[in-house]
Amino acid sequence: MIALPLAFGHSAAGGEPAPGGRGARESASQLTVDGIGALVAELRRRGYRVIAPVRRDGALVLDEVRDAGELPWGLGVESGPGHYRLVERGDGQLFAGAAGPMPWKRFLRPPREKILDADRTPGGGFTVTEPDPSEEPPLAFLGVRPCDLRALTILDKALLTAGGRSGYAVRRSRAFIVAVECTEPAETCFCVSASAAQGVNCGPGADPAAAPGAPRHDLLLTEVTGGGGHRFLARSGSCRGAEVLARIAHTTADTRTIDAASRAVERAAASMRRTLPTVDLRSLMAASVEAKHWRDVAERCIACGNCTLVCPTCFCTTTEDTTDLTGAHAERWNSWDSCFDLDFSYIYGGEVRSSVQSRYRQWLTHKFGTWQDQFGDSGCVGCGRCIAWCPAGIDLTEELKALQSEWELEADDA
Amino acid sequence: MNASTRDTRARAAHAVPAPAIPAPAATRPSPMAPLPYVVTSVHRDTYDTVTLVLEPEDAALPSWEPGQFTMMYAFGVGEIPVSVSGDPYRQDRLVHTVRDVGAVSHAIASARAGDVLGVRGPFGHGWLSDGWPQHDVVVVAGGLGLAPLRPVVYGLVAHRAKFGRVTLVVGARTPADLVYTREYEAWRSCGLDVRVTVDRATPDQDGRPWTGQVGLVTAPLARVALDPERTTAFVCGPEVMMRAAAEALADRGVSDQQILLSLERSMKCGIGVCGHCQLGPDLICRDGPCVTYRHAAPLLAVKEL
Repeated sequence: MIALPLAFGHSAAGGEPAPGGRGARESASQLTVDGIGALVAELRRRGYRVIAPVRRDGALVLDEVRDAGELPWGLGVESGPGHYRLVERGDGQLFAGAAGPMPWKRFLRPPREKILDADRTPGGGFTVTEPDPSEEPPLAFLGVRPCDLRALTILDKALLTAGGRSGYAVRRSRAFIVAVECTEPAETCFCVSASAAQGVNCGPGADPAAAPGAPRHDLLLTEVTGGGGHRFLARSGSCRGAEVLARIAHTTADTRTIDAASRAVERAAASMRRTLPTVDLRSLMAASVEAKHWRDVAERCIACGNCTLVCPTCFCTTTEDTTDLTGAHAERWNSWDSCFDLDFSYIYGGEVRSSVQSRYRQWLTHKFGTWQDQFGDSGCVGCGRCIAWCPAGIDLTEELKALQSEWELEADDA
Repeated sequence: MNASTRDTRARAAHAVPAPAIPAPAATRPSPMAPLPYVVTSVHRDTYDTVTLVLEPEDAALPSWEPGQFTMMYAFGVGEIPVSVSGDPYRQDRLVHTVRDVGAVSHAIASARAGDVLGVRGPFGHGWLSDGWPQHDVVVVAGGLGLAPLRPVVYGLVAHRAKFGRVTLVVGARTPADLVYTREYEAWRSCGLDVRVTVDRATPDQDGRPWTGQVGLVTAPLARVALDPERTTAFVCGPEVMMRAAAEALADRGVSDQQILLSLERSMKCGIGVCGHCQLGPDLICRDGPCVTYRHAAPLLAVKEL
């Protein structure tokens, strides 16, 4: 594993100021529990539509919140392959629930989005207009964990370089990001391993502001409980983040809070048991194209596409064209698509990927292999959503290990 | 971009830094907005295939290269990728050959002169990333695969003296499926060696019995005199035909970097953001459709990739 400044303890031991990067000890602030309400109010006062985890349908989903009372205080998550349950923790913690079924992409690249209006003109021609996403209220994301912050960076590489004034580009450039350090990973989490595999600095304890090419945030919170009470370490990562923080009642962070935050994050990172194979995953994927193991997965995978919907980096979309009853007005809508859908690869003559094994292979090899060819990064951040929300309980870390075993066996035979 | 650049593109991608989040410019249209083009003439090629000539109603697309494609839009029906099949020296218009096989292609193939269609593009890498070939050229087309190759053929005809031996091998399922048949004689008279073969010798488009060759394109291809060191090949058609033709050319010593294929996958956006056109590491709309056989061979060898 590549040595990373993963945990606060490491850098503190090295004599560096701890959370929030260099100099953070001086600049870190702390908020009381009421500070979260003030933060929501301040963001709303600035015109942001505040999106945060809320409890709905037995899960932590993302939705608009109007005050801090709507936030999931005291809720935790128990997850496993094909398993997800909310648990009442009884400690009132706000950010103890790991990634729910909804990724933040839902708000930047919505499941359905109109991309064109076309109207007939008298001469038989037509005019085309594109919706202007800058007319929407800007978004503020409250509670973006390091895994999801990194997912946004990965989406940026895939969706921004192609150019164009896409809805994603407009919403992303305006979004205010309140990141939160992870102090409670779920059993399905493996971000420490996933980020180490990429040599990037994320996961619990990583300092999002300090790493080169790191995801950007406007504010960074760390939840602290225990001696000294329930409070939040807060650091700004941008000018507008500092402006917002300045408007909220806060105090300079005390040493006890900073140290408690370090320990909480360090503990979280150390508690993560699930890992990716430590081999070069791009090479493993390239070597596994004809692996027998895909057949084994296909016997369990029902090609429902849940993994692609909950994945924070899956970005595939399809288009649908419609007209109204007069035939004079037409629209084009983008909607999420999934490489598990049979129709996804259809060209005249038939589907390219008709078998389930070929579709699972497409998904997994894209995430860990060809994503790197296409966008210079991995497509997996280790959030574990696809493991929890797979109805068949397929765990991609286990599938990767099986592929690794097959690869090593073949290498031994050769 | 030369062939070696193309082959290293995947590796170079590793160095891609996170792009800065741009404040998107307010200029329009975006690459996703079709521009209205007027159909100025329609030529029926076969029982199910037509060629449309289109001219911009107002703003025009940027100029296109042989092998590139546009996304053609039928109002309210949908969009499909279609390669440009016209003369590359006539950038004032777009020429597209469309086979009527689905809802959108039916709407487009049913267009009449005066109708307005939408176009976006041009997209993708064309045939001539390395420029025009210096010596001998072999063009191998199967069925509608001749459409994206025709701009190359027009260039070869226009500058015939600059090339050595130029051979065009055309194949189709039946004589009635052959496109641009009325141009073959003109191409021959300009010094192209045009060889035509069909899988089944049913009557041609005019009801006349077929008297030409019967068999796959690999049969006439095997008889083409080749100087492999000096040959560049352009191959387009069904995937199985491209593999057979490229393999035959490679077996005869033509470098797999001098054999170019045009690949096809499902496409929705044309700019690499919908994810549909993936073939292994490639997004065909962005990294293709024209690639070297060296690049394509391992990808095409995998079933259902």
